[in-house]
Amino acid sequence: MSVPDWQPTASIETLRERARLLAEVRAFFAERGVLEVETPVLGHGGSTDPHLASLSAEATTPAGRERLWLQTSPEFAMKRLLAAGAGPIFQLARCFRDGEVGRRHNLEFTMLEWYRPGVTLDALIEETAALVRRVLGREPGDEAGPLRRRRYRELFREALAVDPFTAPLADLRRLAEEKGGLAMADALRDDCLDLLMSLVIEPQLGREGIDVVVDYPASQAALARRHRDPEDGAWVASRFELYLEGLELANGYDELTDAAEQAARFAEDNAARRAAGLPEVDVDARLLAALAHGMPEGSGVALGIDRLIQLALGQSSVAEVMAFATPRC
Amino acid sequence: MANYSTNEFKGGLKVMLDGDPCSIVENEFVKPGKGQAFNRVKLRNLMTGRVWERTFKSGESLEGADVMDLDMEYLYNDGEMWYFMKTDGSFEQYPVEKKALGDTEKWLKEQVVYTVTLWNDNAISVTPPNFIELEVVETDPGLKGDTAQGGSKPATLSSGAVVRVPLFINQGEVLKVDTRSGEYVSRA
Repeated sequence: MSVPDWQPTASIETLRERARLLAEVRAFFAERGVLEVETPVLGHGGSTDPHLASLSAEATTPAGRERLWLQTSPEFAMKRLLAAGAGPIFQLARCFRDGEVGRRHNLEFTMLEWYRPGVTLDALIEETAALVRRVLGREPGDEAGPLRRRRYRELFREALAVDPFTAPLADLRRLAEEKGGLAMADALRDDCLDLLMSLVIEPQLGREGIDVVVDYPASQAALARRHRDPEDGAWVASRFELYLEGLELANGYDELTDAAEQAARFAEDNAARRAAGLPEVDVDARLLAALAHGMPEGSGVALGIDRLIQLALGQSSVAEVMAFATPRC
Repeated sequence: MANYSTNEFKGGLKVMLDGDPCSIVENEFVKPGKGQAFNRVKLRNLMTGRVWERTFKSGESLEGADVMDLDMEYLYNDGEMWYFMKTDGSFEQYPVEKKALGDTEKWLKEQVVYTVTLWNDNAISVTPPNFIELEVVETDPGLKGDTAQGGSKPATLSSGAVVRVPLFINQGEVLKVDTRSGEYVSRA
Protein backbone atom coordinates (compact mmCIF):
# COMPACT_ATOMS: atom_id res chain seq x y z
CA MET A 1 0.00 0.00 0.00
CA SER A 2 2.71 2.44 0.94
CA VAL A 3 4.76 2.42 -2.28
CA PRO A 4 6.37 5.89 -2.49
CA ASP A 5 4.69 7.90 -5.23
CA TRP A 6 7.92 8.67 -7.12
CA GLN A 7 8.05 4.97 -8.07
CA PRO A 8 6.88 3.78 -11.51
CA THR A 9 3.44 2.18 -11.80
CA ALA A 10 4.92 -0.57 -14.02
CA SER A 11 7.78 -2.81 -12.96
CA ILE A 12 11.06 -2.42 -14.86
CA GLU A 13 10.59 -5.99 -16.12
CA THR A 14 7.17 -4.99 -17.55
CA LEU A 15 8.72 -1.95 -19.25
CA ARG A 16 11.29 -4.25 -20.90
CA GLU A 17 8.44 -6.45 -22.15
CA ARG A 18 6.55 -3.39 -23.33
CA ALA A 19 9.56 -2.24 -25.39
CA ARG A 20 9.83 -5.73 -26.90
CA LEU A 21 6.12 -5.74 -27.88
CA LEU A 22 6.38 -2.26 -29.43
CA ALA A 23 9.34 -3.52 -31.51
CA GLU A 24 7.08 -6.41 -32.56
CA VAL A 25 4.41 -3.92 -33.70
CA ARG A 26 6.98 -2.03 -35.79
CA ALA A 27 8.23 -5.28 -37.33
CA PHE A 28 4.64 -6.28 -38.20
CA PHE A 29 4.14 -3.10 -40.21
CA ALA A 30 7.63 -3.09 -41.73
CA GLU A 31 6.96 -6.61 -43.11
CA ARG A 32 3.74 -5.32 -44.67
CA GLY A 33 5.24 -2.20 -46.18
CA VAL A 34 3.33 0.23 -43.96
CA LEU A 35 5.30 3.43 -43.32
CA GLU A 36 5.79 4.70 -39.77
CA VAL A 37 4.97 8.41 -39.44
CA GLU A 38 4.98 11.00 -36.67
CA THR A 39 2.50 13.85 -36.61
CA PRO A 40 2.14 16.71 -34.09
CA VAL A 41 0.46 16.22 -30.73
CA LEU A 42 -0.69 19.86 -30.88
CA GLY A 43 -3.04 21.12 -33.59
CA HIS A 44 -5.12 24.15 -34.52
CA GLY A 45 -8.25 21.98 -34.80
CA GLY A 46 -9.52 19.64 -32.10
CA SER A 47 -11.88 16.69 -31.91
CA THR A 48 -15.50 17.84 -32.08
CA ASP A 49 -16.81 14.46 -30.79
CA PRO A 50 -19.23 15.45 -27.98
CA HIS A 51 -18.07 12.47 -25.93
CA LEU A 52 -14.39 13.42 -26.03
CA ALA A 53 -13.03 16.27 -23.93
CA SER A 54 -9.91 17.81 -25.43
CA LEU A 55 -7.13 19.44 -23.49
CA SER A 56 -5.60 22.58 -24.93
CA ALA A 57 -2.46 24.61 -24.44
CA GLU A 58 -1.56 28.26 -24.96
CA ALA A 59 1.47 28.67 -27.13
CA THR A 60 3.49 31.46 -28.72
CA THR A 61 3.99 30.73 -32.41
CA PRO A 62 4.91 32.87 -35.42
CA ALA A 63 1.16 33.63 -35.59
CA GLY A 64 1.27 35.09 -32.09
CA ARG A 65 -0.32 33.77 -28.91
CA GLU A 66 -2.78 31.04 -29.84
CA ARG A 67 -4.66 28.12 -28.43
CA LEU A 68 -3.58 24.69 -29.67
CA TRP A 69 -5.47 21.45 -29.02
CA LEU A 70 -3.84 18.28 -27.75
CA GLN A 71 -4.95 15.48 -30.04
CA THR A 72 -7.45 12.86 -28.86
CA SER A 73 -6.17 10.71 -31.75
CA PRO A 74 -3.77 11.36 -34.66
CA GLU A 75 -6.59 10.83 -37.15
CA PHE A 76 -6.81 14.29 -38.74
CA ALA A 77 -3.08 14.72 -39.32
CA MET A 78 -2.73 11.19 -40.71
CA LYS A 79 -5.62 11.76 -43.11
CA ARG A 80 -3.87 14.86 -44.41
CA LEU A 81 -0.85 12.67 -45.12
CA LEU A 82 -3.12 10.22 -46.98
CA ALA A 83 -4.48 13.06 -49.08
CA ALA A 84 -0.88 14.10 -49.81
CA GLY A 85 -0.18 10.62 -51.21
CA ALA A 86 1.61 8.93 -48.31
CA GLY A 87 0.16 5.47 -49.05
CA PRO A 88 -0.32 3.02 -46.14
CA ILE A 89 0.88 4.57 -42.86
CA PHE A 90 0.92 3.76 -39.14
CA GLN A 91 1.75 5.69 -36.00
CA LEU A 92 2.30 5.02 -32.32
CA ALA A 93 0.89 8.31 -31.10
CA ARG A 94 0.54 9.89 -27.68
CA CYS A 95 -3.11 10.99 -27.22
CA PHE A 96 -4.92 12.96 -24.53
CA ARG A 97 -8.51 12.75 -23.31
CA ASP A 98 -9.58 14.92 -20.42
CA GLY A 99 -11.26 13.19 -17.50
CA GLU A 100 -10.56 9.66 -18.69
CA VAL A 101 -8.74 7.97 -15.85
CA GLY A 102 -9.48 4.50 -14.53
CA ARG A 103 -8.46 0.87 -14.74
CA ARG A 104 -8.79 0.92 -18.54
CA HIS A 105 -8.06 4.59 -19.16
CA ASN A 106 -5.28 7.08 -18.62
CA LEU A 107 -5.35 10.82 -19.30
CA GLU A 108 -2.55 10.36 -21.84
CA PHE A 109 -2.08 7.06 -23.58
CA THR A 110 -0.56 5.52 -26.68
CA MET A 111 -2.70 4.89 -29.72
CA LEU A 112 -1.62 2.59 -32.50
CA GLU A 113 -3.37 3.98 -35.54
CA TRP A 114 -3.02 2.86 -39.13
CA TYR A 115 -4.57 3.58 -42.53
CA ARG A 116 -4.85 1.37 -45.57
CA PRO A 117 -5.81 3.17 -48.80
CA GLY A 118 -7.74 0.90 -51.14
CA VAL A 119 -8.35 -1.77 -48.50
CA THR A 120 -11.86 -2.85 -47.47
CA LEU A 121 -13.09 -2.73 -43.88
CA ASP A 122 -13.37 -6.50 -43.93
CA ALA A 123 -9.71 -6.94 -44.90
CA LEU A 124 -8.69 -4.45 -42.22
CA ILE A 125 -10.59 -6.51 -39.60
CA GLU A 126 -8.44 -9.51 -40.56
CA GLU A 127 -5.25 -7.45 -40.38
CA THR A 128 -6.21 -5.99 -36.98
CA ALA A 129 -6.83 -9.49 -35.62
CA ALA A 130 -3.44 -10.59 -37.03
CA LEU A 131 -1.72 -7.69 -35.23
CA VAL A 132 -3.52 -8.58 -31.99
CA ARG A 133 -2.41 -12.21 -32.23
CA ARG A 134 1.17 -11.16 -33.04
CA VAL A 135 1.39 -8.96 -29.93
CA LEU A 136 -0.31 -11.55 -27.71
CA GLY A 137 2.16 -14.11 -29.01
CA ARG A 138 -0.62 -16.60 -29.66
CA GLU A 139 -1.36 -18.25 -32.99
CA PRO A 140 -4.83 -18.68 -34.49
CA GLY A 141 -6.48 -21.84 -33.24
CA ASP A 142 -5.77 -21.41 -29.55
CA GLU A 143 -7.77 -19.31 -27.11
CA ALA A 144 -7.25 -16.03 -28.99
CA GLY A 145 -7.90 -17.85 -32.23
CA PRO A 146 -11.40 -17.80 -33.60
CA LEU A 147 -12.50 -14.47 -34.96
CA ARG A 148 -16.24 -13.88 -34.74
CA ARG A 149 -18.07 -11.03 -36.40
CA ARG A 150 -20.98 -9.96 -34.21
CA ARG A 151 -23.66 -7.63 -35.51
CA TYR A 152 -24.58 -4.83 -33.09
CA ARG A 153 -28.28 -5.45 -33.62
CA GLU A 154 -27.98 -9.20 -32.96
CA LEU A 155 -25.95 -8.62 -29.77
CA PHE A 156 -28.73 -6.49 -28.30
CA ARG A 157 -31.40 -8.96 -29.37
CA GLU A 158 -29.53 -11.87 -27.79
CA ALA A 159 -28.39 -10.24 -24.56
CA LEU A 160 -31.34 -7.93 -23.87
CA ALA A 161 -34.17 -9.13 -26.10
CA VAL A 162 -34.48 -5.65 -27.55
CA ASP A 163 -33.98 -4.26 -31.06
CA PRO A 164 -31.61 -1.29 -30.68
CA PHE A 165 -32.71 0.17 -34.03
CA THR A 166 -36.48 0.03 -33.67
CA ALA A 167 -37.33 -0.24 -29.96
CA PRO A 168 -39.26 2.78 -28.63
CA LEU A 169 -37.02 5.20 -26.75
CA ALA A 170 -39.12 4.68 -23.59
CA ASP A 171 -38.26 0.96 -23.61
CA LEU A 172 -34.54 1.67 -23.96
CA ARG A 173 -34.67 4.21 -21.14
CA ARG A 174 -36.45 1.75 -18.87
CA LEU A 175 -33.93 -0.98 -19.67
CA ALA A 176 -30.98 1.37 -19.09
CA GLU A 177 -32.46 2.46 -15.76
CA GLU A 178 -32.96 -1.14 -14.71
CA LYS A 179 -29.43 -2.25 -15.67
CA GLY A 180 -27.58 0.85 -14.52
CA GLY A 181 -29.56 1.95 -11.47
CA LEU A 182 -29.69 5.58 -12.59
CA ALA A 183 -32.30 8.00 -13.85
CA MET A 184 -32.39 7.95 -17.66
CA ALA A 185 -35.76 9.67 -18.05
CA ASP A 186 -34.38 12.36 -20.38
CA ALA A 187 -31.48 10.35 -21.84
CA LEU A 188 -30.83 10.33 -25.58
CA ARG A 189 -31.27 7.13 -27.55
CA ASP A 190 -27.54 6.66 -28.11
CA ASP A 191 -26.79 7.31 -24.42
CA CYS A 192 -29.13 4.45 -23.47
CA LEU A 193 -27.49 2.18 -26.04
CA ASP A 194 -23.99 3.18 -24.85
CA LEU A 195 -24.90 2.37 -21.26
CA LEU A 196 -26.32 -1.04 -22.16
CA MET A 197 -23.33 -1.76 -24.39
CA SER A 198 -20.84 -0.83 -21.64
CA LEU A 199 -22.56 -2.55 -18.73
CA VAL A 200 -24.22 -5.59 -20.24
CA ILE A 201 -22.72 -6.51 -23.61
CA GLU A 202 -19.06 -5.50 -23.47
CA PRO A 203 -18.15 -7.65 -20.46
CA GLN A 204 -19.31 -10.75 -22.38
CA LEU A 205 -17.33 -10.01 -25.53
CA GLY A 206 -14.01 -11.61 -26.48
CA ARG A 207 -14.28 -14.38 -23.92
CA GLU A 208 -13.79 -17.25 -26.36
CA GLY A 209 -11.59 -15.52 -28.90
CA ILE A 210 -11.60 -12.25 -30.75
CA ASP A 211 -15.05 -10.69 -31.15
CA VAL A 212 -15.50 -7.98 -33.75
CA VAL A 213 -18.68 -5.93 -33.46
CA VAL A 214 -19.93 -4.59 -36.81
CA ASP A 215 -22.90 -2.66 -38.21
CA TYR A 216 -23.25 0.00 -35.53
CA PRO A 217 -26.28 2.30 -35.54
CA ALA A 218 -25.96 4.96 -38.24
CA SER A 219 -26.14 7.63 -35.51
CA GLN A 220 -22.86 6.28 -34.11
CA ALA A 221 -20.90 6.57 -37.35
CA ALA A 222 -18.41 9.20 -36.08
CA LEU A 223 -15.99 9.50 -39.02
CA ALA A 224 -17.09 6.33 -40.81
CA ARG A 225 -19.26 5.96 -43.90
CA ARG A 226 -22.80 4.66 -43.61
CA HIS A 227 -24.34 1.88 -45.67
CA ARG A 228 -27.57 -0.06 -45.90
CA ASP A 229 -27.47 -3.48 -44.28
CA PRO A 230 -27.95 -5.94 -47.17
CA GLU A 231 -30.01 -8.27 -44.94
CA ASP A 232 -32.54 -5.96 -43.32
CA GLY A 233 -32.07 -2.70 -45.20
CA ALA A 234 -31.37 -0.66 -42.06
CA TRP A 235 -28.82 2.15 -42.28
CA VAL A 236 -25.69 1.19 -40.32
CA ALA A 237 -22.26 2.71 -39.73
CA SER A 238 -19.41 1.09 -41.64
CA ARG A 239 -17.21 0.60 -38.64
CA PHE A 240 -16.07 -2.11 -36.27
CA GLU A 241 -14.80 -2.51 -32.73
CA LEU A 242 -12.57 -5.36 -31.68
CA TYR A 243 -12.95 -6.96 -28.24
CA LEU A 244 -10.84 -9.37 -26.28
CA GLU A 245 -11.47 -10.49 -22.69
CA GLY A 246 -14.22 -7.91 -22.25
CA LEU A 247 -11.89 -5.11 -23.27
CA GLU A 248 -12.46 -2.85 -26.28
CA LEU A 249 -9.14 -2.78 -28.12
CA ALA A 250 -9.74 -1.22 -31.51
CA ASN A 251 -12.14 0.94 -33.47
CA GLY A 252 -12.00 0.87 -37.28
CA TYR A 253 -13.75 2.80 -40.04
CA ASP A 254 -14.46 2.64 -43.70
CA GLU A 255 -13.22 6.20 -43.84
CA LEU A 256 -15.38 9.11 -44.79
CA THR A 257 -13.70 10.92 -47.70
CA ASP A 258 -16.42 13.41 -48.63
CA ALA A 259 -15.45 16.92 -47.45
CA ALA A 260 -19.01 18.25 -47.40
CA GLU A 261 -20.27 15.28 -45.39
CA GLN A 262 -17.32 15.66 -43.01
CA ALA A 263 -18.06 19.38 -42.54
CA ALA A 264 -21.72 18.52 -41.83
CA ARG A 265 -20.72 15.98 -39.17
CA PHE A 266 -18.41 18.50 -37.48
CA ALA A 267 -21.33 20.96 -37.42
CA GLU A 268 -23.66 18.27 -36.00
CA ASP A 269 -21.10 17.52 -33.27
CA ASN A 270 -20.80 21.16 -32.31
CA ALA A 271 -24.60 21.48 -32.28
CA ALA A 272 -24.75 18.46 -29.93
CA ARG A 273 -22.08 20.13 -27.80
CA ARG A 274 -24.11 23.35 -27.57
CA ALA A 275 -27.23 21.36 -26.66
CA ALA A 276 -25.33 19.56 -23.89
CA GLY A 277 -23.79 22.77 -22.58
CA LEU A 278 -20.29 21.73 -23.65
CA PRO A 279 -17.73 24.09 -25.16
CA GLU A 280 -17.54 24.08 -28.96
CA VAL A 281 -14.29 22.97 -30.55
CA ASP A 282 -12.48 24.62 -33.45
CA VAL A 283 -13.07 22.54 -36.56
CA ASP A 284 -9.96 21.25 -38.33
CA ALA A 285 -10.15 23.37 -41.48
CA ARG A 286 -6.97 21.80 -42.88
CA LEU A 287 -8.53 18.33 -42.74
CA LEU A 288 -11.55 19.63 -44.65
CA ALA A 289 -9.23 21.21 -47.25
CA ALA A 290 -7.33 17.93 -47.58
CA LEU A 291 -10.59 15.99 -48.10
CA ALA A 292 -11.71 18.57 -50.67
CA HIS A 293 -8.40 18.01 -52.48
CA GLY A 294 -9.09 14.28 -52.40
CA MET A 295 -8.25 11.49 -49.97
CA PRO A 296 -8.01 7.95 -51.33
CA GLU A 297 -10.83 5.67 -50.23
CA GLY A 298 -9.84 3.04 -47.72
CA SER A 299 -9.98 1.90 -44.11
CA GLY A 300 -8.31 2.94 -40.91
CA VAL A 301 -8.20 1.71 -37.34
CA ALA A 302 -7.13 3.00 -33.92
CA LEU A 303 -5.99 0.48 -31.34
CA GLY A 304 -5.32 1.15 -27.65
CA ILE A 305 -1.88 -0.42 -27.49
CA ASP A 306 -1.63 -0.01 -23.70
CA ARG A 307 -4.68 -2.28 -23.28
CA LEU A 308 -3.31 -4.86 -25.70
CA ILE A 309 0.03 -4.89 -23.85
CA GLN A 310 -1.92 -5.21 -20.58
CA LEU A 311 -3.63 -8.36 -21.92
CA ALA A 312 -0.42 -9.74 -23.43
CA LEU A 313 1.38 -9.40 -20.10
CA GLY A 314 -1.55 -10.59 -17.96
CA GLN A 315 -1.88 -7.31 -16.03
CA SER A 316 -5.14 -5.98 -14.63
CA SER A 317 -4.90 -2.27 -15.47
CA VAL A 318 -3.25 0.01 -18.02
CA ALA A 319 -1.37 1.72 -15.18
CA GLU A 320 0.62 -1.47 -14.68
CA VAL A 321 2.08 -1.28 -18.19
CA MET A 322 2.88 2.47 -18.13
CA ALA A 323 5.97 3.99 -16.52
CA PHE A 324 3.98 6.64 -14.65
CA ALA A 325 0.17 6.52 -14.84
CA THR A 326 -1.72 9.81 -14.39
CA PRO A 327 -1.96 9.71 -10.56
CA ARG A 328 1.86 9.60 -10.45
CA CYS A 329 2.71 11.83 -13.42
CA MET B 1 -21.43 21.35 1.48
CA ALA B 2 -19.48 21.26 -1.76
CA ASN B 3 -20.56 19.14 -4.70
CA TYR B 4 -18.28 16.42 -5.99
CA SER B 5 -18.15 15.36 -9.63
CA THR B 6 -17.69 11.69 -10.63
CA ASN B 7 -14.03 12.25 -11.44
CA GLU B 8 -13.45 13.36 -7.84
CA PHE B 9 -15.08 10.22 -6.42
CA LYS B 10 -12.50 8.22 -4.56
CA GLY B 11 -12.51 5.70 -1.75
CA GLY B 12 -13.63 7.26 1.53
CA LEU B 13 -15.29 10.39 0.05
CA LYS B 14 -18.59 11.09 1.85
CA VAL B 15 -21.56 12.07 -0.33
CA MET B 16 -25.34 12.25 -0.10
CA LEU B 17 -27.42 9.75 -2.09
CA ASP B 18 -31.19 9.31 -1.80
CA GLY B 19 -31.12 11.36 1.40
CA ASP B 20 -28.56 9.19 3.19
CA PRO B 21 -24.88 9.87 3.80
CA CYS B 22 -22.68 7.38 1.95
CA SER B 23 -19.00 6.60 1.74
CA ILE B 24 -17.52 5.83 -1.69
CA VAL B 25 -16.04 2.34 -1.78
CA GLU B 26 -15.05 2.02 -5.42
CA ASN B 27 -15.35 4.07 -8.61
CA GLU B 28 -14.84 2.57 -12.05
CA PHE B 29 -14.78 4.66 -15.22
CA VAL B 30 -16.48 2.86 -18.13
CA LYS B 31 -16.83 4.07 -21.69
CA PRO B 32 -17.77 2.39 -24.94
CA GLY B 33 -15.44 2.81 -27.92
CA LYS B 34 -17.28 5.93 -28.97
CA GLY B 35 -19.94 7.46 -26.83
CA GLN B 36 -21.14 8.49 -23.41
CA ALA B 37 -18.86 7.72 -20.46
CA PHE B 38 -20.24 6.39 -17.19
CA ASN B 39 -18.94 5.76 -13.70
CA ARG B 40 -19.86 2.54 -11.98
CA VAL B 41 -19.77 3.41 -8.28
CA LYS B 42 -20.02 1.33 -5.11
CA LEU B 43 -21.12 3.29 -2.06
CA ARG B 44 -21.64 2.23 1.54
CA ASN B 45 -24.77 3.69 3.05
CA LEU B 46 -23.50 4.94 6.42
CA MET B 47 -26.96 4.70 8.01
CA THR B 48 -27.56 1.04 7.15
CA GLY B 49 -24.07 -0.25 6.35
CA ARG B 50 -25.38 -1.67 3.08
CA VAL B 51 -23.36 -1.34 -0.11
CA TRP B 52 -25.13 0.16 -3.13
CA GLU B 53 -24.00 -0.11 -6.72
CA ARG B 54 -25.01 2.85 -8.88
CA THR B 55 -24.12 4.15 -12.30
CA PHE B 56 -23.60 7.85 -13.02
CA LYS B 57 -23.01 9.72 -16.24
CA SER B 58 -19.44 10.94 -16.08
CA GLY B 59 -19.37 14.54 -14.94
CA GLU B 60 -22.54 14.25 -12.82
CA SER B 61 -22.12 15.34 -9.25
CA LEU B 62 -23.36 14.54 -5.77
CA GLU B 63 -23.59 16.78 -2.75
CA GLY B 64 -20.93 16.18 -0.15
CA ALA B 65 -22.08 14.80 3.19
CA ASP B 66 -21.05 16.53 6.40
CA VAL B 67 -19.64 13.38 7.93
CA MET B 68 -16.80 13.26 10.45
CA ASP B 69 -15.07 10.44 12.26
CA LEU B 70 -14.09 11.50 15.78
CA ASP B 71 -12.31 9.76 18.64
CA MET B 72 -14.59 9.58 21.68
CA GLU B 73 -14.40 7.88 25.05
CA TYR B 74 -17.36 5.77 26.19
CA LEU B 75 -18.91 7.11 29.41
CA TYR B 76 -22.17 5.41 30.39
CA ASN B 77 -25.62 4.21 29.41
CA ASP B 78 -28.72 5.75 30.98
CA GLY B 79 -31.06 2.97 29.90
CA GLU B 80 -32.03 4.77 26.70
CA MET B 81 -28.94 6.37 25.23
CA TRP B 82 -25.22 5.67 25.31
CA TYR B 83 -22.97 8.66 26.01
CA PHE B 84 -19.57 9.32 24.48
CA MET B 85 -17.17 12.22 25.11
CA LYS B 86 -14.72 13.92 22.77
CA THR B 87 -11.05 13.34 23.61
CA ASP B 88 -9.93 16.81 22.45
CA GLY B 89 -10.21 18.30 25.92
CA SER B 90 -13.60 19.95 25.22
CA PHE B 91 -15.49 17.38 27.36
CA GLU B 92 -18.28 17.68 24.80
CA GLN B 93 -20.67 14.73 25.07
CA TYR B 94 -22.73 13.01 22.38
CA PRO B 95 -25.73 10.71 23.00
CA VAL B 96 -25.87 7.65 20.71
CA GLU B 97 -29.04 5.69 19.92
CA LYS B 98 -29.18 1.91 20.01
CA LYS B 99 -29.69 1.82 16.24
CA ALA B 100 -26.51 3.80 15.61
CA LEU B 101 -24.55 1.75 18.13
CA GLY B 102 -25.43 -1.52 16.38
CA ASP B 103 -23.10 -4.46 17.03
CA THR B 104 -20.65 -2.24 18.88
CA GLU B 105 -22.89 -2.53 21.93
CA LYS B 106 -21.26 -5.84 22.84
CA TRP B 107 -17.75 -4.28 22.80
CA LEU B 108 -18.44 -1.34 25.10
CA LYS B 109 -16.13 -0.61 28.01
CA GLU B 110 -15.89 2.61 29.96
CA GLN B 111 -12.89 4.85 29.24
CA VAL B 112 -12.06 3.05 26.01
CA VAL B 113 -11.80 5.30 22.93
CA TYR B 114 -14.11 4.51 19.99
CA THR B 115 -14.53 6.10 16.56
CA VAL B 116 -17.87 7.88 16.46
CA THR B 117 -19.18 8.88 13.03
CA LEU B 118 -21.15 12.11 13.07
CA TRP B 119 -23.50 13.28 10.30
CA ASN B 120 -24.69 16.86 10.68
CA ASP B 121 -23.37 16.58 14.24
CA ASN B 122 -25.49 13.51 15.11
CA ALA B 123 -23.88 10.16 15.86
CA ILE B 124 -24.79 7.60 13.18
CA SER B 125 -22.33 4.82 13.94
CA VAL B 126 -19.68 3.74 16.43
CA THR B 127 -16.63 1.64 15.55
CA PRO B 128 -14.70 -0.13 18.33
CA PRO B 129 -10.88 -0.22 18.39
CA ASN B 130 -9.50 -3.25 16.48
CA PHE B 131 -8.30 -4.81 19.71
CA ILE B 132 -9.85 -4.47 23.14
CA GLU B 133 -9.05 -5.93 26.56
CA LEU B 134 -12.01 -7.38 28.45
CA GLU B 135 -12.52 -9.51 31.56
CA VAL B 136 -14.04 -12.98 31.46
CA VAL B 137 -17.17 -12.94 33.62
CA GLU B 138 -18.36 -16.45 32.88
CA THR B 139 -16.82 -19.61 31.46
CA ASP B 140 -16.35 -23.27 32.37
CA PRO B 141 -13.45 -23.85 34.78
CA GLY B 142 -10.02 -23.95 33.13
CA LEU B 143 -8.12 -27.16 32.50
CA LYS B 144 -4.71 -26.98 34.14
CA GLY B 145 -1.71 -27.75 31.98
CA ASP B 146 -3.61 -27.53 28.72
CA THR B 147 -1.80 -24.48 27.37
CA ALA B 148 -0.60 -25.69 24.03
CA GLN B 149 -3.25 -27.06 21.81
CA GLY B 150 -6.69 -28.23 21.03
CA GLY B 151 -10.19 -27.38 22.06
CA SER B 152 -12.04 -24.22 22.85
CA LYS B 153 -15.05 -23.15 24.88
CA PRO B 154 -17.34 -20.12 25.01
CA ALA B 155 -16.57 -17.31 27.43
CA THR B 156 -18.79 -14.35 28.27
CA LEU B 157 -16.89 -11.07 28.57
CA SER B 158 -17.68 -8.07 30.77
CA SER B 159 -19.09 -6.17 27.76
CA GLY B 160 -21.56 -8.96 26.97
CA ALA B 161 -19.73 -10.44 23.98
CA VAL B 162 -19.31 -14.21 23.84
CA VAL B 163 -16.06 -15.44 22.27
CA ARG B 164 -14.39 -18.84 21.81
CA VAL B 165 -11.36 -19.14 24.11
CA PRO B 166 -8.79 -21.90 24.80
CA LEU B 167 -9.68 -24.39 27.52
CA PHE B 168 -7.06 -23.04 29.97
CA ILE B 169 -8.76 -19.62 30.33
CA ASN B 170 -10.43 -18.92 33.71
CA GLN B 171 -13.14 -16.62 34.94
CA GLY B 172 -11.66 -13.27 36.06
CA GLU B 173 -8.85 -13.26 33.51
CA VAL B 174 -8.45 -10.28 31.15
CA LEU B 175 -8.23 -11.17 27.46
CA LYS B 176 -7.20 -9.35 24.31
CA VAL B 177 -9.87 -9.77 21.62
CA ASP B 178 -10.05 -8.76 17.95
CA THR B 179 -13.34 -6.85 17.57
CA ARG B 180 -13.38 -7.24 13.74
CA SER B 181 -13.44 -11.03 13.79
CA GLY B 182 -14.74 -11.46 17.34
CA GLU B 183 -11.82 -13.81 18.05
CA TYR B 184 -9.64 -14.35 21.10
CA VAL B 185 -6.05 -13.16 20.56
CA SER B 186 -4.19 -13.71 23.86
CA ARG B 187 -4.21 -13.13 27.57
CA ALA B 188 -3.79 -9.41 28.19
